[in-house]
Amino acid sequence: MTTPLLQIRNLHVRLEDDPSVEIIKGIDLTIMPGEVHSIMGPNGSGKSTLAQVLAGKEDYEITEGEILFNGQDLTELGPDERANSGIFLAFQYPVEIPGVSAMQFLKAAVNAKRAFEGQNELDAGALLKHFRAKAEQINVPFEMLKRNVNEGFSGGEKKRFEIFQMAVLDSVLGILDESDSGLDIDALRIVADGVNSMRDGRRSFLVITHYQRLLNYIVPDHVHVLVNGRIVKSGGKELALELEEKGYRPFGVNESAVAGAGA
Amino acid sequence: MTTTEEVARLSHERREYKYGFVTDIEQEFAPPGLDESTVRFISAKKGEPEWLLEWRLKALAKWQEMEEPTWVFLPYGHPPIDYQALSYYAAPKQSPKSLDEVDPKILETYEKLGIPLSETRALLGIEGGPETPAEARRGVAVDAVFDSVSVKTTFQEELKKAGVIFCSISEAVREHPELVRQYLGSVVPYSDNFFATLNSAVFSDGSFVYVPRGVKCPMELSTYFRINARNTGQFERTLIIADEGAEVSYLEGCTAPMRDENQLHAAVVELVAMKGASIKYSTIQNWYPGDETGKGGIYNFVTKRGICKGDDSRISWTQVETGSAITWKYPSVVLQGDRSKGEFYSVALTNLRQQADTGTKMIHIGRDTKSTIVSKGISAGEGQNTYRGLVQMNKGAHRAHNFTQCDSILIGDKCGAHTFPYVDIRNATATAEHEASTTKLAEDQLFYCTARGISNEDAISLLVNGFCKEVFSELPMEFAVEANKLLAVSLEGSVG
Ligand SMILES: Nc1ncnc2c1ncn2[C@@H]1O[C@H](COP(=O)(O)OP(=O)(O)OP(=O)(O)O)[C@@H](O)[C@H]1O
Ligand SMILES: [Mg+2]
Repeated sequence: MTTPLLQIRNLHVRLEDDPSVEIIKGIDLTIMPGEVHSIMGPNGSGKSTLAQVLAGKEDYEITEGEILFNGQDLTELGPDERANSGIFLAFQYPVEIPGVSAMQFLKAAVNAKRAFEGQNELDAGALLKHFRAKAEQINVPFEMLKRNVNEGFSGGEKKRFEIFQMAVLDSVLGILDESDSGLDIDALRIVADGVNSMRDGRRSFLVITHYQRLLNYIVPDHVHVLVNGRIVKSGGKELALELEEKGYRPFGVNESAVAGAGA
Repeated sequence: MTTTEEVARLSHERREYKYGFVTDIEQEFAPPGLDESTVRFISAKKGEPEWLLEWRLKALAKWQEMEEPTWVFLPYGHPPIDYQALSYYAAPKQSPKSLDEVDPKILETYEKLGIPLSETRALLGIEGGPETPAEARRGVAVDAVFDSVSVKTTFQEELKKAGVIFCSISEAVREHPELVRQYLGSVVPYSDNFFATLNSAVFSDGSFVYVPRGVKCPMELSTYFRINARNTGQFERTLIIADEGAEVSYLEGCTAPMRDENQLHAAVVELVAMKGASIKYSTIQNWYPGDETGKGGIYNFVTKRGICKGDDSRISWTQVETGSAITWKYPSVVLQGDRSKGEFYSVALTNLRQQADTGTKMIHIGRDTKSTIVSKGISAGEGQNTYRGLVQMNKGAHRAHNFTQCDSILIGDKCGAHTFPYVDIRNATATAEHEASTTKLAEDQLFYCTARGISNEDAISLLVNGFCKEVFSELPMEFAVEANKLLAVSLEGSVG
């Protein structure tokens, strides 16, 4: 039997600063190598929190349950070790880093991963070659790499740059947190094509989205509905269509309450 | 443990100070204490002319009437300095004439510090890989000051061909007395302030540069200051004159051994830019900062001032201050010539229990003068970082303009950042803009980096380097790399 790439069992998460706030209230999720899973759910239901917990953000405390990555306890690892082990989080809100060029940033990231794997640092020539190849694959302008990380990038450019980084780092588990929001139709296709170009039966993706449209391009094997910190329903790709049609009301979500939650 | 605490811990732990070794050589000292006989001793050692001895003695008399100033902002204070317990002169016993005569141990010291004193070896790049400072310094003329004396100035012949004088100030007093006499104390008078006056009485060596009319200095010039001896102060004096239309770029670097007691470094730098001349002065200061309890380290009390004497002249100060227990300095520009420009780009980092009170003064006298101030303060550990600046526009400074940008970043929550900007405008057409910000090292930026596999420490230094980019880009290419690394090292904990 193959080991799942990611296995989440009975995960409970609270805010570290305020343990009275429980955000994730018991999630089970198993992702096998090569699979694409999608999570949909109303604003504030805990999607980004789950993504950030997987990436190792320290504002959250796991109070119950476990997360296994390739059969090993993930919670023991810091965010950098998780990234170097192959987990990639495409941020819902990518962060601007003034004064640090995208090139410099990715050089640090690539060489950190190589050091983690016991390989030599890549020299400038090899790095450039690698970046160029990935820029072509993901269809991002190489010029973007000369700018500071996300600084002054348009919303769409930021999302494309996230996918580009995922390709450069050759991650095995891509967690895409609303990588489609704010994208025009062409950019959406570019992002989706980028992800699809990485699908090889080995890499897996967890795609968080509000819109069924993305899933026309990145076709998921499983769709999960996350409401109020719990997965309330799982199904195939047709579940996304159902949600698009009926909204979250069948899952007991009061729409005016949802509208009040932050985006 | 939250990330902030982690960061605070990392940056608080004793970082490794690579330059903390002592060179074991025979040295000659002046007996501790300071009075007329000390000044006469130093002057005699250097075989100085009468006028210079007189000047020193005037300074001494003035200094004896002065009080150590107390207005500097030092939240941790400092133990009093016993000026009578210090030795005011320390020199290697043998004073060398050529490189072959320099004590091999001293050469070795500079090699260890990454400053090759032998031109041929430096040119061949025998030492280290392409990214070592040694390699980066190829083709840079160096004046090496070891405690109180200059031990070697490289590339002198080549510079001579271009008409540039670059030598120790002692040599300049012997070989070019008319220049020294004309300009010494012309920008920072002997009576200027407590530490500058002390320096005027006892300065032992330093560098001298004269770039003649219309000459663009063909290479970077630099001085490397090394304190080695115990219980001595270092009092060097640097004088740089760029004649009409001349251009020069000069860099100084500094290190000292790790010692438990504090050591005093009170230097004076004077710059004179004539009509259309340009002087770029860069400092990478990495004196021993003391330990995490605030024990030991250098007191870096320095007076630096330049005068844009002629029209269309330009003086630019760039400093990267990462060392010293206490840094107290305000590299300044007097903008006398019309349309002259003054610039100050500064990165000051305080970690451990370091304290820095630094900034600049821009004194606008001429018309259409412009000044730019960019200050980046980084406080980590229990470091205390103060920016203090004065922008003064005199009556005749029509249409003078200043732009000041002053940013501070806090790493952890035991450190402090403070800002004291003073603006004094006496001309209605003069203008000054001021921008300031103080931020905590952003957790979301840190997480963004670590989520890409970059370690916490590397992420901090990446972010801090980004924060300092505007200043680093002002450094000569060869030294920007070095400054980057120095910052990383200064922020490092003992982890990894
Ligand atoms: N660091 C935090 N501090 C305080 N509250 C938090 C924090 N992180 C998450 N929350 C709260 O937890 C809930 C879930 O937030 P989360 O960002 O995971 O939602 P989401 O499903 O991604 O929503 P959206 O669709 O709007 O992106 C929200 O109510 C949010 O305010
Ligand atoms: Mg979200």
